[in-house]
Amino acid sequence: MAHSTQPIRPIHFLLGGSAFALLLLLTLGTVGALWWRAEITSSLSPADWSAIRFTILQALASAVISILIAIPTARALARRNFRGRKFILTLMGAPFILPAIVAVLGILAVWGRSGYISDLIASFGLGPLNIYGFGGVVLAHVFFNIPLATRLLVQGWSAIPVEHFRLSAQLGMNTNDIVRHLERPMLRAVVPGAFLLIFLLCISSFAVALALGGGPKATTIELAIYQAIRFDFNLAKASQLAMIQFTLCAAIGAVTILIAQPMHFSKGLDRKSERWDGRETRYRVIDTLVLTLVCLFLFLPLASVLIRGFIPLFTLPITVWVAAFNSVTVAVLSAILSVCMSIAMSAFMIRIARKRKTVSQVMEVVGFLTLAASPFVIGTGLFVMTFPFVSPFAIALPITALVNAAMSLPFSLRVILPAMTRAEDNYGRLADSLGMRTWSRFRLAIWPRLKRPVGFSAGLAAALSMGDLGVITLFAPPDVATLPLMMYRMMSTYQLGAAAGVALLLVTLSVALFWIFDQGGRLEHNVR
Amino acid sequence: MSITLDNIELSHGSFTLSADFKIEEGHKIALLGPSGGGKSTLLSAIAGFKAPDQGRILYNETDITNTPPAERPIALLFQDHNLFPHLSVEKNIALGLHPNLRLSDAEHEIVQDALRRVGLNNQGKKIPAELSGGQQQRVALARCLLRDRPVLCLDEPFAALGPALKHEMLDLVAEIVDGSNATLLMVTHQPEDAAYITDQTVLIADGQAHPPKDTAELLANPPIALARYLGT
Repeated sequence: MAHSTQPIRPIHFLLGGSAFALLLLLTLGTVGALWWRAEITSSLSPADWSAIRFTILQALASAVISILIAIPTARALARRNFRGRKFILTLMGAPFILPAIVAVLGILAVWGRSGYISDLIASFGLGPLNIYGFGGVVLAHVFFNIPLATRLLVQGWSAIPVEHFRLSAQLGMNTNDIVRHLERPMLRAVVPGAFLLIFLLCISSFAVALALGGGPKATTIELAIYQAIRFDFNLAKASQLAMIQFTLCAAIGAVTILIAQPMHFSKGLDRKSERWDGRETRYRVIDTLVLTLVCLFLFLPLASVLIRGFIPLFTLPITVWVAAFNSVTVAVLSAILSVCMSIAMSAFMIRIARKRKTVSQVMEVVGFLTLAASPFVIGTGLFVMTFPFVSPFAIALPITALVNAAMSLPFSLRVILPAMTRAEDNYGRLADSLGMRTWSRFRLAIWPRLKRPVGFSAGLAAALSMGDLGVITLFAPPDVATLPLMMYRMMSTYQLGAAAGVALLLVTLSVALFWIFDQGGRLEHNVR
Repeated sequence: MSITLDNIELSHGSFTLSADFKIEEGHKIALLGPSGGGKSTLLSAIAGFKAPDQGRILYNETDITNTPPAERPIALLFQDHNLFPHLSVEKNIALGLHPNLRLSDAEHEIVQDALRRVGLNNQGKKIPAELSGGQQQRVALARCLLRDRPVLCLDEPFAALGPALKHEMLDLVAEIVDGSNATLLMVTHQPEDAAYITDQTVLIADGQAHPPKDTAELLANPPIALARYLGT
């Protein structure tokens, strides 16, 4: 129930307002700064047009292929019950926090010139595979997005009430009837959203394009921005490309929101429903085959990196450990910043929602703006804003932490806002009736209800920041690095063994950070 | 002491409720009526969680229409979520003394005393989840004891309890209210509960909260709105 008499206190305006101001500065402000720079520029060159075309085509191909593979995979996971099903579903969540550059290294180990597949086909007299270019970029994006698409679709399947399947079995529907009456309508609701989300992620993905793309034929917009700044120092060009990128992402984001179908995400993935269809041998064979191939495709590259990295891990140079220290510091700072901003914004939004529903809804959209802004747009904007005053190279790490915090904000907001709303709904009135004020109210009444989601989102933000290879490539002087940047530098000089060692260290630290934050949030909070 | 509802009108979505009467000191009053009739809404307005669209709420002669909940002369028990699940029983009670939980030794003694009075000696270190539903509401009542407000409002806090346990709790409530000479306002949709503990009843039906009437008389000769609800 709304408690309309509860006031918005100055502290909510101060903290929530600053968080929103910072966010607006980072997204719209940086775009504005770029717009102002871009006015002095000429029109787009043919190379720019080809970058735009390549960006859209590779994202389109990646999204289509990911969905096409995810549909049979999700279907197999939804209608089969077997040992390891839960394990596969959990691992499908892992690529979300898997550093892109680690995945690229793994893909090279399997699909590269001297990878397993090339070795295999060499014995049939076929030449080695060429992974660089369009094919490689799409392959890497498909690798990343099959798990995401599969999870979204499995959620779609588990949203079909078990009673429907029981009724279908009762009516004697065969597998094709179930496809027609239950599964296809569900897919029609879920696939467009999943498709657009993957399309959006592939448009703004940078690390993959940097490592596997490049050259006039395989440059994405992000990569072109990076090159314009890093090599040509052409800020006007970078600004212009950044604007195009933002418009493109914002348009896709808007379409995604418009066509979004209400989905029941509350249901657990593992509440396995009984299925009576698909028991014929040919369906069993198909499902088994699909799952085996997809698992090989996903887990072989990862396993190979982690195994190859084990020996080099013990001979890593000291610079790697310095980079590890940088990465962890940046990750922890950006996690804390992201979570604090989410809490301040949520508290502010919840109070405004009681008086003005529409204002708080607009604020919520602002909170998700960084999904449309790419880190490079923000990075370039900060570059333009700061370089008259201070060398961007001097503040590479703080800027990285800030940008990473902004990038993980949509995810932490998505977790923290509902949790805080629930805490306010359940205990806000009690706290008010007891006269608990600002700080003791937050400390005693709200924070204990918020700890778990805060721990989880801090872990997520830290892991995302650990693996990020974006803004840092733009700002870092040669003697400063984070672990992903270190890996990239090693890979471009073909030190693949050492890179695998760094990859293992990076993955271990990411998982450890996530685990520590997540467990921290679960610590018992009974004040006896 | 008295609480005056001066021509107030409350809305909740498309639903509206009007009330215009005075609550006098020392009575135990039931707010009786069908579910969704506005009983809890009226209590929310009196307790300060919902501002009326029009009209004033007076405590004695003071206008408290815009006073924050904690500063009203009211202690309130909700249907659920009366205790913070992460705080011990003692701390939950101590919140009634200091909302920031900084207590002196003497005040700790007061908390122990309140625990004894609701029959929960030596249970202070437990957390709410370790208590039964009835015991949890006893803890909340103990906190109301400490807050020592002239008006105690109950928003069906015993609805989930069985008949025997409910009577036990109502007896405890009556003991507390009589001991401190407080006024009781109790939301219920059970006429038996109204008859068991209250001397006056406010009938809430058809968008109207009627002035308090003698409970026994009202139940014996129900007006049409009440008769329809009772099914007699």
